[in-house]
This record gives sequence, structure tokens and C-alpha cells, in this order.
Amino acid sequence: MSSIALFEKQHKIYPRRVWGRYRKLKWLSMIALLGIYYGTPWLRWNRGPNAPDQAILIDMPARKAYFFGIEIWPQEVYLLVGLLILAAVGLFFATSLLGRVWCGYACPQTVWTDLFVWVERIVQGDRNARRKLDQSPWTFDKIRKKSLTHLIWLIIGVCTGGAWVFYFNDAPTLVDQIAHLDVPWSVGGWILALTGSTYLMAGFAREQVCTYMCPYARFQSAMFDKDTLIISYDQERGEPRGKHKAGDPWEGRGHCIDCDSCVTVCPVGIDIREGLQYQCISCGLCVDACNNVMDKIGLPHGLIRYDTENNQEARKTCGAKGALRWVRPRTVYYAAIMAIVGSLMLYAIITRASLELNVLHNRNPLFVQLSDGSIRNSYTIKILNKTHDDRAFSLSVQGLDGAAIKLQGAGELDAGHINVLADSVGQFRLLVDAPNTQDERSSVNFVIKDMVNGTEARHESYFIRR
Amino acid sequence: MAGKKDIDPLSGVETTGHEWDGLKELNHPAPRWWLWVFLITIIWAFGYWVVYPAWPTLSGNTKGSLAWTQYKKLNEEQAEIIARQQAWLEKFRKASFDEIKKDPELYEFARAGGAVAFKENCSACHGTGAEGRKGYPNLNDDDWLWGGRIEDIYHTIKVGVRSAHPDTRSSQMPAFGKDGMLKRGEIADVAEYVFSLSHGDVRAGEAAARGEALFATNCASCHGDHGQGGREFGAPKLNDAIWLYGGTREDIVRQVNDPRHGVMPTWESRLNDDTIRQLSIYVHSLGGGE
Repeated sequence: MSSIALFEKQHKIYPRRVWGRYRKLKWLSMIALLGIYYGTPWLRWNRGPNAPDQAILIDMPARKAYFFGIEIWPQEVYLLVGLLILAAVGLFFATSLLGRVWCGYACPQTVWTDLFVWVERIVQGDRNARRKLDQSPWTFDKIRKKSLTHLIWLIIGVCTGGAWVFYFNDAPTLVDQIAHLDVPWSVGGWILALTGSTYLMAGFAREQVCTYMCPYARFQSAMFDKDTLIISYDQERGEPRGKHKAGDPWEGRGHCIDCDSCVTVCPVGIDIREGLQYQCISCGLCVDACNNVMDKIGLPHGLIRYDTENNQEARKTCGAKGALRWVRPRTVYYAAIMAIVGSLMLYAIITRASLELNVLHNRNPLFVQLSDGSIRNSYTIKILNKTHDDRAFSLSVQGLDGAAIKLQGAGELDAGHINVLADSVGQFRLLVDAPNTQDERSSVNFVIKDMVNGTEARHESYFIRR
Repeated sequence: MAGKKDIDPLSGVETTGHEWDGLKELNHPAPRWWLWVFLITIIWAFGYWVVYPAWPTLSGNTKGSLAWTQYKKLNEEQAEIIARQQAWLEKFRKASFDEIKKDPELYEFARAGGAVAFKENCSACHGTGAEGRKGYPNLNDDDWLWGGRIEDIYHTIKVGVRSAHPDTRSSQMPAFGKDGMLKRGEIADVAEYVFSLSHGDVRAGEAAARGEALFATNCASCHGDHGQGGREFGAPKLNDAIWLYGGTREDIVRQVNDPRHGVMPTWESRLNDDTIRQLSIYVHSLGGGE
């Protein structure tokens, strides 16, 4: 039994450099995504004098999030839920159409790994040079190259963690603080943690994350069907494979010349000719590599390409090129869910009032008998002033005959003139006295009116007599 | 089996040699780093044994090098909260009731402390919402036997009512029926009159008219000429809608015949002055404070 190895060493992968359509796409998406990640905190957005001017900011101490013109208070955290649903279903949608494009082009693990491999290649050379360097003894040159690589990795890691904290603090102020090494421990901790995780994940773990850690990599096969684009090797055309000398005839053999180009460029170290594998992140680098080889030997592109299973089937049986079926029940469901959630969110954002009134009827006791025979109910009212200015409101009660209202609290309180500070919730105890009548319970409307611009907010509650 | 690999012919993958009903288990090795992570977590767990309380012993448990307990943590956190309260308490001690009433933050601090003390000490009789019940005054309303200013409430809490305190608030209504001071019919007449005081719609008949005369001689000295009550004796208002022992004719007859007298203990010896002051502000804030 001793010969059975239940655990194996990580086989280090040395992806070879390749150029082509999908590699270009990957560079572009990397530039765009890293640009968004590092650049976004520097966008400014004018919200007036009493609010931060950072376009995207999550202000933890003040419990507020800003996204351009949208502002989210803790009460509106459902918008975050909506966003997460959109992100999740969006991912499902993209996967069912295009396969694991998220994994291949947009996932942070892929993007940063790509960046780290690029650094490795600039410093240490391409696939063979890197492998040779690893196998060679520790010379001065090796130490120099290795330490330079790790130094650059760490710098990228620091920048990654450094950019993260800008989303939670005013970026220009924080840069100044970081320059003076005067940062709160939370900021320093986040920078350190993300430096470490970037260094570890993109420098060492790499494809191991996709293969062994990532749950999404595993459950997305549930979103695949026969019309999903996957990286496929055209077995009909390629086999039987074999080495080929220039000038030899192509009759009786496949177009694959067994050059292993597709294998050497693969960032997850698989041979795509063995068919769809769970490690494949659909990055398309093998497509580029194979097409380059086809150019050299004068054969058409597409021995390895993005294709669907149904398409391959059609090609095999009737030689016809099947059409891509974008509209399928699966994609329609996902699109419908996205449309519904998206429009609900849009509705919530558009109709978001800058003034809100909440009234809670106090229940202990439900009502109080007063000595003159009238009845008192007490309420907790909350006025949400979501504007960036201090405001004054007048409060009134509608639908209750002979009602007298009084705010209870310290200082001079006047229901006709309630001050609520900018961006805050004013909470007050309100006593409402009304004559006793036969009605056990009547419904009451509370109305607040902005004393300057007349904006109103109302809330319905009830008045209990016995 | 040493040295010889058992390869599954169909998949070309080595098997572990385990076989169930003809099914062989293929060996797909897990990554070695995963094994290391697993081992490190086990070693990490040993660290817990050393640092934290972990193993039961015959007389209790191992204490760990940090001697950490939940109880200690609780004490530390409570001490932190008390230290934070201290700053407010200093301010609160220095401020008069009038000053507190003008300072929203100090007022809320006092109210919050009073609310907790009320639940712990007062709610057994007065109810958790201070809503009271028969024989125990409702503190949300505007009827006060001994005064409804914060100072009055403070004094009432401090000395109690008919309590053991030497300066206790105290009053005693004679048992007019039981002690033979009024006859049965006279009591009914007085009750009819008292009932009419708060029921303007009740036509004052002969009985009430007889009762009015009796009231003037027997009751008015404490309860006032028109039943408006007398706070100096803690005599209840009789011309309002609030009745501590019930407001029906029968209830009134019973009370005149053989009155009940509630007791509220003195809190001076049980609660510190800060708490009594906080309680006074809380009770005053319930709505009926004067």
C-alpha cells in the first residue's frame, strides 16, 4: 500500500508567452479592470458642502455608502442585496452563454496571477528560461532575479491593499496619512492582510485556487448545457495527430501536429485535447497558440476554438456549421431575473425620498386615562433627514378630532418647529391627547412638513382608547 | 502489493486498492499543501489547549496560560462601560433638575438609567410600563397624589408612602363605616355625591344633595370643597376620571366604609441618590410630569 500517494506535490506551471486575439482581450480586460480598481477611489462627485466628495465611498463610521448620485443608509441595505443578486445572476447568465469567461478574463485571481506571471517573465524570461532557473543551483544571478521578482510582487501586493482602503476613506486624505505613516490600525491591518493574500494567492497558489478552493469553479457546471461556449478541440479534424514535416501530405491524418503549443501556454497546466476539464478556466490562450501554429503550417484556424457541444455535434454529423443558440430557457430565466431585480432597484433609487417619517405607537402602556377624561397615546417618531442640510419641520396629526400634541424631552421642544440635523435621524417622543369617544381605535395620520420648501412626509398609525 | 500499481483499465487511473461490490476507488491525490494546512490547523489547536481553558480535570478544568474566562471578560467589559458612564455621572451629579431638563444629552442619560432602575425596582408594583393597576398608581397619567414635579417625585421615592422612613409621606382616611362614624345610608349618599363629581351628566338627585352636606362636614377638610383633592395630605382628587381603587358607586362605598391604604417603601436605604434622581426624571418623563 505504501506505493499509493494520496497527496501530491504542486506541479509548478510555467506558462509560455503567446500572442493572439484572446491574449489581447485578456490584456485589455486586465488594464480595464485594474484601472477601475486602482482609479475609482480618485473619482470625485460634488454633493455639496456637508457630504464627502468621493464618487464611491463606503463610510463605515457614519454607516453610509455613496455611489455617485446614489446614497445608501443602513435602512436601504436591500439595495446591496439587490446588487448581490444582480452580480450572482449576472455571473450565471454569462456562464450559461459563454462558459467560464468570468474565470478566464475577469476574476481577480486570474487578473492578478496574469500580472504576476508577466512580472516573472520580464525578470526571469519565458517558460524554458524560468524552468531552467528554478532547476539551476543558487548563483548570484538566480538570487538577484528571484529577489527582484518577489520584491515587485510585494510592491504590487502593497498597492492592491493600498487601493482597497481608499474605498473606505477619503483617498487624498488617506494618501497623505499613509505618506506620513500615520494610519489607523484598521487601515494598516487591511493593507497588510491584502498584501499578504495578493502575494500568496497570485504568486504561489495561482491555479490551485481555481482547482481546489473556488466553489464557483465547481458549481458552474450546473449552468452549462450543450449550447454553452466552451474551449473545444476539434477531434474530427485533429486526429490522428502526429508530427508533420513541411511538404508532407495531409491526407489520412489529422491536422494536429502534436506540437504541444496548447499545453505549454496553458495557465492551469492541462491538455485541452483531452476534452473539457474542470480545471479549464476558458481563457482561450490555447486557441491563440494553436491558431499561430496553423498560420505557420498554412491550415485554417479553429482546430481549438470556442465552440458549443451542439455545434461540434452538427459539424460531425452533417458537416454543417450549427448556429449559436443564445436564446434558451436558461438564458431567458437569468435575463428575466436580472431585469426584474434591476428594475426594482431602479425604482427604489428613483423614488428614494430625501425625507421620511416613521411613527411607532408605544405599546406599554397602550393608552393612558387622563384626569379630565381624555385619552393619551404616546408614540416614538423618527424623522429621517437625508439631505445634507439642517432642516426644520412642523408636525401635525390628521384624522383625530380635538387632538393635542406635545413633544416630550429636554429643552424647548415644539411640535410646530422640530429641528433635525443634516444626514441624521431625529427621534422624539410624542404625546397625543384626544377626547374619549365610542371608537375603540381610530387611524391617525402623522404629517411632517419641511418649513422651508414644503416637502411633506406622512405615516399612518392608530390611536387607542381602551 | 508493494511496488505494483493497480491501474483501472477503463480510466487509466491508479486505484487505492479498495473495492466494494466490484467498484474500485480511483486515487485522485489531493494537493500536498492542503495536507500541510490541515496539519497546521491541528498544531494551532494545541496552542488553544495551552492558552485557553480546555481540559476537564477532577477538580475543575485546566486554566490556560491566559487564565481567560467569560466571567473575567464580562467584568472587564462592564468595567469599561462603567468607566464611560462615570464621566456622565459626574456631570449629572453637579447638575440640578432644572439644568438637566434643559440638556438633551444629560436628560437622555438620566432617563436611560432611570428606565433600567425602574424595571428592576418599581415594575413589580407599578408595571413594566409604569401603567399601574388597581391600588398601584399609573405613573403615565397627570394625576399625582403627592405632587408631579420632579422634586416631588424625588421626595416620594426617597421617603416612600406609609413606609418605615421617619419622614415618610403618610395619610390616613378614617374608616367611616367600620368605625361607625357614618351610617350605611349616609355612606351611600356620600358615595352618590362623590360619583356625581366626576360624572357631570349624572343628574344630582336627592341622595347626592344629602351627600353634599355630609361631604362638607366629613370629607372636604382633606379632599377639598369640590373634591379637588389635597396634596399636602395625599388626599386624592375625587372630581376627575382617575380612580386608584375603582370608580363605580360600589367601589366608592367600599372605600368610604373601610378604606385601603397602599404602601410604598422608602428607597433611600436601597438605592443611591444618583439612581433615585434618575428614577425621578424617568417617571416625570412618562408624560404626566408637572
